[in-house]
Amino acid sequence: MTTSGRTEQEGIRELLHIALHDPHGMAAMLPADLDLTIRLLRRLRLLGTVAYRLEDAGLPGELPAVAQDQFRSAQVLAESRARLALWELDRIAHTLLKSTDVKCVVMKGCAFILSGLPAARGRIFADVDLMFAESELDEAEAVLNERGWQSQRLTPYDQNYYRKWTHELPPVVHIEREVEIDLHHNILPRTSRLKPDGEKLLLRSLRVPDTDYYVLGDEDLVLHAITHLMFNDDLADKLRELVDIDALLRHFTRDDEQFWQRLTDRAEELDLTRPVFYGLRYLRRFGNGDVPDIVIERTHSWRPPAPALWLMDRLVPRALFPPHPDLPSRLTDACRLLLYMRSHWIRMPPWLLAYHLSYKFWARRFDNKPRNA
Amino acid sequence: MSPESKISRTVSDLSEPEFDSALRGDGIGWRIGPFTARVQVGVPGLAESLYRFYAHHPLLEHGSVYSFHTRLATRRAFPRLYRKMVRFTVDGRKPHEDMPRAHALPVFEWGLNLVIALRSHCFLMLHSAVLERNGKAMLLPAMPGHGKTTLCAGLSYRGWRPLSDEFGLVRPRTGDMIPVPRPMALKNESIDIIRGFAPEAWIGPATEGKRKGTVAHVMPIATSITRQKELAPAKMIVFPRWEPDTKLSLEPISKAESFMLLATNAFNYELLGEDAFVTVRDLVRASECYRLVYSDLEEATRRLTELMDADDD
Repeated sequence: MTTSGRTEQEGIRELLHIALHDPHGMAAMLPADLDLTIRLLRRLRLLGTVAYRLEDAGLPGELPAVAQDQFRSAQVLAESRARLALWELDRIAHTLLKSTDVKCVVMKGCAFILSGLPAARGRIFADVDLMFAESELDEAEAVLNERGWQSQRLTPYDQNYYRKWTHELPPVVHIEREVEIDLHHNILPRTSRLKPDGEKLLLRSLRVPDTDYYVLGDEDLVLHAITHLMFNDDLADKLRELVDIDALLRHFTRDDEQFWQRLTDRAEELDLTRPVFYGLRYLRRFGNGDVPDIVIERTHSWRPPAPALWLMDRLVPRALFPPHPDLPSRLTDACRLLLYMRSHWIRMPPWLLAYHLSYKFWARRFDNKPRNA
Repeated sequence: MSPESKISRTVSDLSEPEFDSALRGDGIGWRIGPFTARVQVGVPGLAESLYRFYAHHPLLEHGSVYSFHTRLATRRAFPRLYRKMVRFTVDGRKPHEDMPRAHALPVFEWGLNLVIALRSHCFLMLHSAVLERNGKAMLLPAMPGHGKTTLCAGLSYRGWRPLSDEFGLVRPRTGDMIPVPRPMALKNESIDIIRGFAPEAWIGPATEGKRKGTVAHVMPIATSITRQKELAPAKMIVFPRWEPDTKLSLEPISKAESFMLLATNAFNYELLGEDAFVTVRDLVRASECYRLVYSDLEEATRRLTELMDADDD
């Protein structure tokens, strides 16, 4: 790694830090820095989030017109996606929750909107994530299927993959619309190294006032966000998930000193200590640094073996932060490939991984176009 | 203190070799209406066309804030190593598959259309040509193949100022049309029609394509670029359709029908929600609305000019 390469990465992290935590600093950026920052935020899908932070600080008027237009466009896009997601929830409530007794927990971004959490603002909603008790999942799926929500045509292998090994069903989309719905019964795949108990999550879920929906309890909401980032994914360009976690924690700990304690207790109860160790470590490193020392100390015993931690500390930043858009980096590509491999390694036992990958390899050869499950 | 106000240089102030080598290197920035584009091109021969088409566009200083960073580069990809392709990228991502190198110019122009359409939701984007005469804008919203671009190119050589042949841009809850002057893509017979109609128009090299037939771009008139910051209020909406061998007809249509036609023709109507509804409603209220069927371009431009001028009396 060259010195200039490192400086490039550090420069990018600094620009993004200013964009996310210092609106006045962002408004005062040199045009070239502002330009690069906007490109990075767009790639990270954080343009909308930052747009609202600038607006809250009353600053958009101080930016060059071209920058204002891009932030405004991102807000319009975010608002429209949120509207689509809420409409989908409205239709699902109308179809499923009026006619059955299933308990439906809204997860992730849609939960942030329903609960009126600040993390929702400017966020781009890709899909609607719902969670049911495993025993009620079939009923929910059947009702939705009957009323126009259908899954894409999948190979029998992929159907089986979803149902047998993951924590969700194949996604469904209503025939007249485009929003994808994921139906979960847990927050990690059945085959994952960690085994959180889905029933425990449902037990603590809270009814959203004036709706038929539930959301995860506050601690579980944070734990899910952390687990999703650290244990379900390859982390590539997922800085926005860390930004979500940051926003959630700021909100929940603002007037509640005990929240950290309850969060770490609950992490132990749900077998999610390792993701929480990582999540808070990188939040402290790349967020605004207000995870209390005492919490970091508590998570210390949850750390992985030293070589794994050494490696993660080098890989994770390369994945969370994008490379310079004009200067593709092989090192970054290599780091991301390793994390992609890790994401599979922790999601399934070795025998299954070998089976799955060899199937995918041959399926691709014969061009069956499988979804990248 | 926008960068281009300090230096009022245009692309033509560079020499062609300077332009070519900058496109190959760090790229060149120029302003297209409300957008600032950074362009890098590594495809031999393309710089020559771009140098002419964008001659009057204002250059931007290095290190400006850009609306988009575009790049067109040649590719030879496995397994078809013998076939030269071009790849269009925006901010390092490719929005579509590589295309044959012979299509480089349309790929670049179409790429700009795509990135504008995908990103510019601070505007209501109508799929419409827009021209100005006597300080008032006329919208020509139409489906592809209905002769919108031909009519736009024709009118621009009969005393109108074209704002755009593709995007009717307007900020939500305003009625002023925003210029986006760019080369206009003529297809098939339209190319020869414009050659005969306006011999002084510069038309770039023609490209034979599979999907859309032959495409050639006509250079926008100079004043459309020198006045690209002058907005014009919408006063006339004409839905044009070209038909062979018909008598020209220009009929008024109801505001309600115009609303439906205009709303369904926008790129991002649903995305803007209520803002889009209000904007389209107000555009239609402020405008006289007509349907035009024509086959002869000379006759059509004359009638539209009479229509706009009569509105002044």
